[in-house]
Amino acid sequence: MTDAALTAPKKHAANPRYGSMSRDRTWALRWSYFFLILFAIFFLLPPIYMLITSLKTSAEISAARNPWWVFNPTLENYRELLTSPQYLGYFRNSAIVSVVVVVITMLISVPAAFALSRMKFWGSSTLATGVFLTYLIPETLLFLPLFKMFALFNEWTGIQLINRWWVLLILYPTLTVPFCTWIMIGYFASIPKELDEAALIDGAGWMQTLTKIFIPVALPGLIAATIFAFTVSWAQFLYPLAFTTSTEQLVLPVGIITSLIKGDVFNWGQIMTGALLGAAPPLIIYAFLMDYYISGLTAGATKG
Amino acid sequence: MAEVKLRKIIKRYDEVEAVRGIDLDIADHEFVVLVGPSGCGKSTTLRMIAGLEDISGGEILIGGDVVNDVPPKDRDIAMVFQNYALYPHMTVFQNMSFGLRLKRYPKAEIKKRVDEAARILDIKELLDRKPKALSGGQRQRVAMGRAIVRNPKVFLFDEPLSNLDAKLRVQMRTEIKKVHQQVRTTTVYVTHDQVEAMTLADRVVVMNNGIIEQVGTPQELYHSPKTRFVAGFIGSPAMNFIPCRMEANGDSLSVRLNDGLVFPVPAERVARYRGHTQNGKLLLGLRPEHITEAHAHLAPGEIPFEARLEVTEPMGMETLVYFPLNGTQVCGRVNPNAGARDGAPLRLAADLNNMHLIDEASGRVI
Amino acid sequence: MVDAVLQGVQTPGATRKRSSLRRTMQRKSTVAFLMALPLILMIAFLVIYPALYSLHLATLNKSMERFVGFGNFLFLFKRETFWKVVEQSCIFALTAVFFKAIIGFTVAHFVHNVPNDRQRKWRGMLLVPWVIPPAMSCLAWLWLFDPSYSAFNWVLGIFNIGPVPWTGDAFWARFSVILVNIWIGAPFFMIMYLAALKSVPDQLYEAAAIDGANWWQRIWYITLPMMRNIIAITALFSLIVTFANFDIVQILTQGGPIDLTHVFATWSFTLGIQGNDIPLGAAVSLFMVPILTVAAVFILRDITRRGNES
Repeated sequence: MTDAALTAPKKHAANPRYGSMSRDRTWALRWSYFFLILFAIFFLLPPIYMLITSLKTSAEISAARNPWWVFNPTLENYRELLTSPQYLGYFRNSAIVSVVVVVITMLISVPAAFALSRMKFWGSSTLATGVFLTYLIPETLLFLPLFKMFALFNEWTGIQLINRWWVLLILYPTLTVPFCTWIMIGYFASIPKELDEAALIDGAGWMQTLTKIFIPVALPGLIAATIFAFTVSWAQFLYPLAFTTSTEQLVLPVGIITSLIKGDVFNWGQIMTGALLGAAPPLIIYAFLMDYYISGLTAGATKG
Repeated sequence: MAEVKLRKIIKRYDEVEAVRGIDLDIADHEFVVLVGPSGCGKSTTLRMIAGLEDISGGEILIGGDVVNDVPPKDRDIAMVFQNYALYPHMTVFQNMSFGLRLKRYPKAEIKKRVDEAARILDIKELLDRKPKALSGGQRQRVAMGRAIVRNPKVFLFDEPLSNLDAKLRVQMRTEIKKVHQQVRTTTVYVTHDQVEAMTLADRVVVMNNGIIEQVGTPQELYHSPKTRFVAGFIGSPAMNFIPCRMEANGDSLSVRLNDGLVFPVPAERVARYRGHTQNGKLLLGLRPEHITEAHAHLAPGEIPFEARLEVTEPMGMETLVYFPLNGTQVCGRVNPNAGARDGAPLRLAADLNNMHLIDEASGRVI
Repeated sequence: MVDAVLQGVQTPGATRKRSSLRRTMQRKSTVAFLMALPLILMIAFLVIYPALYSLHLATLNKSMERFVGFGNFLFLFKRETFWKVVEQSCIFALTAVFFKAIIGFTVAHFVHNVPNDRQRKWRGMLLVPWVIPPAMSCLAWLWLFDPSYSAFNWVLGIFNIGPVPWTGDAFWARFSVILVNIWIGAPFFMIMYLAALKSVPDQLYEAAAIDGANWWQRIWYITLPMMRNIIAITALFSLIVTFANFDIVQILTQGGPIDLTHVFATWSFTLGIQGNDIPLGAAVSLFMVPILTVAAVFILRDITRRGNES
């Protein structure tokens, strides 16, 4: 059936093809740009609207004028949030949690990935598959048993885990470590075997091979994994919502939602400002390290 | 510097024996090439010497010490890999000095050694570059430099030229030979390319199916192969093998190629072949250069015959001619002016002074 | 001259005593095991154990003192809300993944058409929804959907349409959560497809063009078959993530109106954390397992198959 489709129009089209080929391309390009602009509007509308709203006063927001235009731009919302100890507290909690989770994640996943990709031991291939499966288990399946486990832990040891921001340091690695280990296995596996043999002959031990050869060579992968761990920790919503409640223990996403929305009073100017500032760190990282970000994104499915 | 001895080396992967009991003595300063088709066990043998593979049986001695259980870094060897295995994040200088730095040599000593190696290999101006910025030949030199600075007892080369294009390969071959003449380190070199083996080696070790077929100087292997495998593996184009029978007529012997073609065996070989007149499975081995156009005056042992050429391949300085004989395709090398044409007959001469007689059943040269 | 080098320091390694290679090998696997140990412990205590523990929890009564067997499940089967949640979860996941895949493929194609030097810019712009933390962007959508100040309704008002009850009405609330999910997820598909499109060799298209294939035939006979693998695996990944999604529904509708937009994740949160009935919440969340398992099995099969090929 392929043949029929391919051979039929050939004869008639043979002659005018040459001229129309480049015209076809020009039109294809125009249409591409047209649709890309439409999609870009769709994709960028919410963040742009965040920015527009964040520059408005409450009075302007509640006046039913054109919501897509800022008539009296003001930075008042930014000033208020950035001087609010509460909001800065959320920001600080988020930053500490994310950075520490990145460190924990790397300390767990890089040596594990090295061991799994290079130093076969009993059950190592099963474990590699297990790591991948773990990555597929969503947090929405685990938060209730974990919540109960931590409550029981409190009963037994007297150590309070729930409603402490640092409980997130225990929880977030379950989301970041499996994926980071998995993509690091992929990056390590792409390093030719001769390289570690050369290092072995040069007299490097396993640890030296890891720190002096593998980590520097797989640095792009390491950066991609770091970015992933950071953005996942920064964006996580369910765990902090379930495990932390007091204002001073909250991280950014939950903080904005629970404290800026007071009952039915929505201060949208501040909410949008807070959300925009909260979205800023991942966006800035993305802007500067886009290629690493994207390679980490595609690595999960294409490596291994 | 040291000699390397292999004693009944065996390598087993699960059920498969990749190396099946190899004995080999490599003298100090010697350049030995292991050659054979892929899967013959040559690389495995080299990797066992390096310590990268476990030894399933036998002993390996370097400089008189059994090194079976010594980890690679303590065997005092250096290895050059097929894909060079240069550390991509280090400069050439760092690549070459990595081993010395790990062993905490003094800085001045490291610099002296790297500079010396760079001088030998003519890569002084590349020391600050990263491997990515080097050409294939330059990477090859750096890989060798990394081996030289270590000043090891033994150099191991694992198909180091396979990734280079043909022209560069010839050039680097000479380079490796020059380096060896300067540093005189005992060298074990693995390749599948018989030309590389012949040109580089003091002694060539031909391997097949996990065993050694023959060890000898390039000349020995070329002129007196001991097995059909060696005879066919060494030399290009390969030796012709033509089924034949040995016939006695009185005191003399002749080789009968079934279709009425009979070559008398030169007198000095009669004694050697006399016992094989009853053997029905013999092969006549003749290298292409010993089948040439027939001159007006034939030397003793050169036997003329007619052949209808199927294909001719002009190579410039000679022409390769192919014709069917006794069910096999036979190759000869003739003068380009001998008038060889596709499909045309040509009067050829076989030089039986250089004949080999092979017992097909055992594969051994008689 | 070379001898100068050779007479240098004797390598310290040579003098070191031998150790058994066998022992080294054993040590190697021990070292490897130790390096992987934190990972193993983490997976065991914070993933495997809670996963099994939730099975146990689901069989307890609300105060978690008494074993009720399948009691929680039977209770759920009798509740209309449960079946609504099942229905909505499936509609939510399947519709969203379908449109994410279509939009992602289309956009990837358009980006691929653009000259190479401009692709980076477009790609960078179009991935922004994926980069913004979902909780933050959902707030923006919530504000765009605001019942009295919706910026969308203002635009529609110009054309005398609406106002649309974006989150107030059952149909529109379902539409809205799916729309936002597509908005967040389509860029991910776009990136994956773009990477796959780039891996199709140009010669294939040139050969097809010479054979007389038009653009649609080129997509149908070359692009799609070449990308089949990546399309399938991206869709399966997305299916898992979408099916288990929590943020979008929680922020936009919190399950309302009248529980019609609840998915398994949000309902189990409502029951378990807010309603303080952890066993019932765990029972609800366990209903995600079958579909997750099916998707995981297919993904795993694909990955091991590719592992074998290489």
